[in-house]
Amino acid sequence: MSSFLELLQQSFVENAFIAGTLIAIVSAIIGYFVVLRAQAFAAHALSHVGFAGATLAAVLGISGLLGMSGFTVAAALGIGALGKRIRGRDVEIGMILSFALGLGVLFLRLYTNSASETVSVLFGSILSVTHMDIILTLAFGIGTLIILASIFRPLLFSSIDPEVAEARGVPTKMLSILFMFLLAITVAEAIQVVGVLLVFALIVAPAAAAQHLTRKPFSAIAISIALGVAFTWGGLLLALATSWPVSFYIATLAALTYFIAIKVGHFARPHARAAHEHSNGEYVKAA
Amino acid sequence: MFSIFQYSFIQNAFLAGTVVAIVGGFVGYFLVTRGLTFAGEALSHIGFAGAAAALFVGVDPIFGLLIFTIAAGIAIGIFGKDLREEDINIGIVMTLALGLGALFISLYNGYAEQAYSILFGTILGISHTDVLVTLIFGIGTIAVLAAIFRPLLFSSIDPEVAEARGVPVRALGILFLVLVAVAVSMSVQVVGVLLIFTLLVGPAATAIRLVHNPLGAATVSIALALAYTWLGIFLAATGSWPVTFYIATISFVVYLPVRLLTART
Repeated sequence: MSSFLELLQQSFVENAFIAGTLIAIVSAIIGYFVVLRAQAFAAHALSHVGFAGATLAAVLGISGLLGMSGFTVAAALGIGALGKRIRGRDVEIGMILSFALGLGVLFLRLYTNSASETVSVLFGSILSVTHMDIILTLAFGIGTLIILASIFRPLLFSSIDPEVAEARGVPTKMLSILFMFLLAITVAEAIQVVGVLLVFALIVAPAAAAQHLTRKPFSAIAISIALGVAFTWGGLLLALATSWPVSFYIATLAALTYFIAIKVGHFARPHARAAHEHSNGEYVKAA
Repeated sequence: MFSIFQYSFIQNAFLAGTVVAIVGGFVGYFLVTRGLTFAGEALSHIGFAGAAAALFVGVDPIFGLLIFTIAAGIAIGIFGKDLREEDINIGIVMTLALGLGALFISLYNGYAEQAYSILFGTILGISHTDVLVTLIFGIGTIAVLAAIFRPLLFSSIDPEVAEARGVPVRALGILFLVLVAVAVSMSVQVVGVLLIFTLLVGPAATAIRLVHNPLGAATVSIALALAYTWLGIFLAATGSWPVTFYIATISFVVYLPVRLLTART
């Protein structure tokens, strides 16, 4: 036990906890809006695009986080330009994401014959995150939180009821683009912890679980943050204790919690079972 | 330039690749028209967990792929009443499957090479067993799909009328998902788990925009898939860039102008 505690005091572990906690918090808040705006698939697509960015960064020898952010932001602005009709565009988004992955495979081949690099991009490498990336993570994360805090009310308004918001003078299109930009940055950060393939676990799962438990925005966000941080700490501790992958633990904790939340949600709010038509035309399943 | 064909690994790649492309193009046509592309993605991710689990217990990954994807396909067919592409439930299940795959890979002595090839395809290194399995399952799938073509088409276009006319819509739906599972498992060998779309969706989505009658569209879909695969294998064999990259890029580069220049049917 004492050697485990010593392990926890290693600087790479401390770095992992610091970066991981901040990323969990930002992901949870962004994730709340992702679920509210029914953009989970777009988030999934952005992470695959991030793979091409990460591998290109490796080829060019620059920070992985910067490479990923560059690609995800570009893709996000593209998706934002498509308008809010993301739904029904799964073929288009899937094709773009496959192309991005194909590029990533090429860059990977150009960069290294080492397959373990691939695995860490795809499945996370928070326990080996570099100093530069910690600093960037802190900077991006805090920046994202500040921007989110300042646009919180209008963003909430335009997510729940875009037409009325628009009529009241809220700049919904600009907010959409800004939100996609923040999502892109958050995805790039989350990739460090759980890898390209498991971004869902940090960004979507906590918020989706929370929204099965409560409809009130502040409560949902609070629960979302608590869950995200719990998954991350749980994942880190379990991974350090057993040397199984962090992302496996986070993904499993997230999935189990999500399905439990659905059941609990049914119990606690049976009247909310029916699906309802969202006022912005999107079809969203209530708890 | 054509001297590469004397190598048996190239012959194997072309043989298996041909079967995979035909199945992929054919199944893909229905995958797109039935709006189940996201399910295809989910099956491939679940397949990854299966392949990794197979590696872990020392069995050929293709069997793990087939078992997990077929089981998942049946489950989705029975329980998934309303498969929409943004269904978070499916995304969460995919995430869980990938996480399990990551675990198995790391337990398998942390051997990342196999993970890489499952994720991104290994057609140029395909084993004899796998070619055989591919041939058997591939021909089987094509035969079944040809046999149920009409009723499946009917139930895809107008399920209620089809049901009223005695077409076993539900059973066909489940059978179709099993065929998707097989198609996905086989395609993984060529393009890997992550790029299923390039073979299963790209050719079909392109064909549907070019040709309006079902049989024609399905044929074009198969032809495109074959062309992409052959070209991809050929280019990769004569260079050192990955097959998957070529197929993904060709698939996208053909799809993009067709998508932008044609109207949705």
